[in-house]
Amino acid sequence: MQQAIVSSQLWRSIFRVGIPNTNRKRVLAMLGNVVLHLHPVKTRKSGVKMRYTWCAGGVTFFLFLVLTFTGLLLMFYYRPTVEYAYVDILDLREQVPFGIMREVHRWGAHAMVISVWIHMFRVFMTGSYKPPREFNWVIGVILLVLTLLLSFTGYLLPWDQLAIWAITVGSNMASATPLLGIQGPGTNLLKIGDIQLVTSTNDARFGLLGGRFVGAGALLRFYVLHCVGIPLIAAFLMAVHFWRVRKDGGISGPV
Amino acid sequence: MSTAPDTLPSSPPDVELDGVTRRSTIRWMALAWTGFAAATAAGLTATVRFLFPNVLFEPPTRFKAGDPSSYATGVDERWKEKFGVWIVRDTNSIYALVAVCVHLGCTPNWLQAQNKFKCPCHGSGYYISGINFEGPAPRPLERAEIEVSGEDGQIIVDKATRYLYERGQWSDAKAFVKMA
Repeated sequence: MQQAIVSSQLWRSIFRVGIPNTNRKRVLAMLGNVVLHLHPVKTRKSGVKMRYTWCAGGVTFFLFLVLTFTGLLLMFYYRPTVEYAYVDILDLREQVPFGIMREVHRWGAHAMVISVWIHMFRVFMTGSYKPPREFNWVIGVILLVLTLLLSFTGYLLPWDQLAIWAITVGSNMASATPLLGIQGPGTNLLKIGDIQLVTSTNDARFGLLGGRFVGAGALLRFYVLHCVGIPLIAAFLMAVHFWRVRKDGGISGPV
Repeated sequence: MSTAPDTLPSSPPDVELDGVTRRSTIRWMALAWTGFAAATAAGLTATVRFLFPNVLFEPPTRFKAGDPSSYATGVDERWKEKFGVWIVRDTNSIYALVAVCVHLGCTPNWLQAQNKFKCPCHGSGYYISGINFEGPAPRPLERAEIEVSGEDGQIIVDKATRYLYERGQWSDAKAFVKMA
């Protein structure tokens, strides 16, 4: 019976290789699978030792996946409008089963920021940024900035007093951008004749908020950035980041 | 290393195949890549321009603030919550201070007993004129355009136009209303 199943065409079209009991079959099984082939076929023993890597990068990536999943669940109930944002967050606690999804998402965000710093610290302490790995370090710093931007954009979404004023203060810093912000140095340099190109409705802060103050435009923009824009960029850069680790000889290799 | 040749090798003859030469190929490629670069630049510019809306759905910034005679000397807070301005009257003028701290944008409070505006966020302090004197505020509060309507004599305030002390604009005609 089992033999009939295992030798059927259906089975063989799914499991191409059979039980990986030879090295050749092990390699083929990894390389032939879309999820598994993202991992290296073999890894160093030191790569799975906690005291070498602290698993900090892995924890960060795991938290990113948790946040993506819980965020997706939150998206089924949350509406990013001035009218509904605050009450939807309350409803996620009161009206929805397991009313801690918002909390799990928030705690996960805090945890991810912390683990990103721990990972950075570990990489620094093991000298894993030294040549030829400098570029990957830079990618990592950009990922750090993206993580913090995700926290920043997500902070506005509950639309409570804490959120609105935090984002007001944070976005006012955008108006201090050199050249592109109305309160920054060099503002008056960008003009055609007498017409100012950078005004309060045409500067970096205005582009960030989609309005003159933190209102409906800012809420929607931050929602899109938080759920789609920044995660896409972060996912791409994470692919580059992991790829570079593999190509530079795998995790926890000699520096 | 091999010895260098005595003479430079002559460039190979321009091979032609069905009218396609090396030169014509490179010309086409240059044209194509230039077009691609131009299209990409145009696309990016259009994307950035897209993010700046032409129409804002925000409440109007212009409002009628009542009769000038209804304002006693000092700071009037009746419009603070709705429009975010204080109407201040001193001995011979009325002006409108915008209730946004110039440090990072919080809403300051008017402390009557201490005769100053004080921001709860980081402690910026301003005199009744709006001039900053303590805390992280780098410049005075902004004044909004204020004038008396020709039709009914009411005060009209427009927050869209701002007058900045540090640019010498507080003496502009519409930065204050001269009072009897």
